[in-house]
Amino acid sequence: MKFTKTLAAAAAMGLALSGSAYADADPVKAGFIYVGPIGDLGWTWTHDQGRLAVEAEYGDRVETSYVESVPEGADAERVMSQMARSGVDIIFTTSFGYMDPTINVAAEFPDVAFAHATGYKRAENVATYSARFYEGRYVIGQIAGAMTETNKIGYIASFPIPEVVRGINSAYLAAKSVNPDVEFKVVWVYTWFDPGKEADAANALIEQGVDVIMQHTDSPAAMTIAEEKGVYAFGQASDMSAFGPNAQLTAILDNWGPYYIDRVGAIMDGTWESTDVWDGIGAGMVGIAPFSDKIPADVQALATETIAAIASGELHPFTGPINKQDGTVWLADGEVADDGTLAGLNFYVEGIDGELPN
Amino acid sequence: MDFSSLNAVAMIVLLIGAATPILLAAIGELVAEKSGVLNLGVEGMMIIGAVTGFITATTTGSPMLGFAGGALGGALVSTLFAFLTQYLHSNQVATGLALTMFGLGLAALMGRNYNGIKPPRTDRLEVPGLSDFPVLGELLFSYDPIIYFSVFLVFAVWWFLNRTRGGLVLRACGENHDAAHSLGYNVQLIRFGAIMFGGACAGLGGAYVSLVRVPQWTEGMTAGVGWIALAIVVFASWKPWRVILGAYMFGGITILQLSLQALGISISGAYLSMTPYIVTIVVLVIMSADRKRASINAPACLGRSFHASH
Repeated sequence: MKFTKTLAAAAAMGLALSGSAYADADPVKAGFIYVGPIGDLGWTWTHDQGRLAVEAEYGDRVETSYVESVPEGADAERVMSQMARSGVDIIFTTSFGYMDPTINVAAEFPDVAFAHATGYKRAENVATYSARFYEGRYVIGQIAGAMTETNKIGYIASFPIPEVVRGINSAYLAAKSVNPDVEFKVVWVYTWFDPGKEADAANALIEQGVDVIMQHTDSPAAMTIAEEKGVYAFGQASDMSAFGPNAQLTAILDNWGPYYIDRVGAIMDGTWESTDVWDGIGAGMVGIAPFSDKIPADVQALATETIAAIASGELHPFTGPINKQDGTVWLADGEVADDGTLAGLNFYVEGIDGELPN
Repeated sequence: MDFSSLNAVAMIVLLIGAATPILLAAIGELVAEKSGVLNLGVEGMMIIGAVTGFITATTTGSPMLGFAGGALGGALVSTLFAFLTQYLHSNQVATGLALTMFGLGLAALMGRNYNGIKPPRTDRLEVPGLSDFPVLGELLFSYDPIIYFSVFLVFAVWWFLNRTRGGLVLRACGENHDAAHSLGYNVQLIRFGAIMFGGACAGLGGAYVSLVRVPQWTEGMTAGVGWIALAIVVFASWKPWRVILGAYMFGGITILQLSLQALGISISGAYLSMTPYIVTIVVLVIMSADRKRASINAPACLGRSFHASH
């Protein structure tokens, strides 16, 4: 299967790059590596919207190319090298699993700029960027806690990496703050994109009495199942209300366009350097979709207030007192988690049942 | 550990739904392989079936026509493979892989305008009186027609292969194509038909994914089910009944591990996610350890191209 994916990636590479091969030397070339298909309508789709925003902003002065459905691991290195060799100026690698491949390939191509999404390893020519999705998770966690009647919230998680763990913790703290009886049921599916498995996970959770579903996987499968079974869910990465007009309460929206436009602009001016960008609701990298009218007015008001407080920096989702799952103190009263700890977060907060896989 | 809230009946209903696409694709591939053709394009035919089935169902408003459209789409795309391998004698492994890539790309293109659309609902087959019967009613009479059809199809394939003259001829093509040819049978044509049957089954399985299991169209939504179907055929040692066993076991372990996690039982999810694959590998190792048996079961001419030289 890996083999075919490589072939497919290589073939797609040829197609994606053929258009730019004989162009003038002038335009800046930006390449994107996607983990799923653009048509996932989730994570990868939002990155591609960002790519299109770059094209719209700079027109003829930029050329973009992309390769979709690139498996994380060794195959990714091959695709990146090929892209770097083809004369691309900057490569955006848009999945956590591309971290080591990006570092390896960047060492071979010191003249090419790389930007890796959601990772924590940087180099002279490797920048990192991510969005503070946990801020969005805090908002939807609050809504979930207020909306659940069974007090059971289901969470479809992909891989036990800090990014996902942050989301679970943040959503739980928010839900707990409005509903002390709330209980989280986390199911790990070990994939970013497998609609069948995501649907099965949603069904298994609903079977256990869950009436609000959150997800950290990329397809709208869980939303479809929620709609069918009459429970609530939240869109992931993009507005998924088309798949669940009654089920979707709101959605966390990823907005990569401004970052991509800024970075490609920096390449044009020659001011690009390795940076670490981690923006949230305040900077507009994370957005919240319009609320469903299923959410009562007072809950909507609370959520709107939370969004404003997070945007202004007044509220940080990880503000003490917070204990770790084992009961030891993590953050003292009033203490705010620093970015370093959050970037490597590998434990559940107190109150979440179940063991965090490692 | 508290297993009391684990609803066995609901889990069985879920697992059968998860296993049916695998079952349909695997039984079709079994027939193709019995005729001596190794078609690695199952995944490609499934995704084509998923998209053509979805398009047909949403355009006509009828899920049943959708399933027919899925089967037709799978069969049509398989003729490409059949023509290349049977009449142009291309390598079956390479052509099959190419078919998978072609199918994934073509399906993405065809499905462009079908994102975010809801397909018509596939109703369960209600048997008056029986479906409401506690436990048994839910276990036996709460499924959609395709699930019953898939089990019937396994029976029909078994009956055809083992109890009819046509089945004997098809198996002869797979065991010794020269002998079948010298008896006057058109090996290429028979294989062509077997490939198309495999394509139709894979397409139907794909349509089941996009119309029932996850009622939506998303690019690449079959996500490797076709490859599992290929493994199930070997797992079943080319016996139709064991295909059911293999598919339900695979579906069962997948559902069980998700349900246990939803219950909050702390068995590392990573291991549980691996289990279906590990069990498949273990069974394959056990089976292939007995060489004689393995070689009796595999069609002797599997994957070999037939060229009539006289």
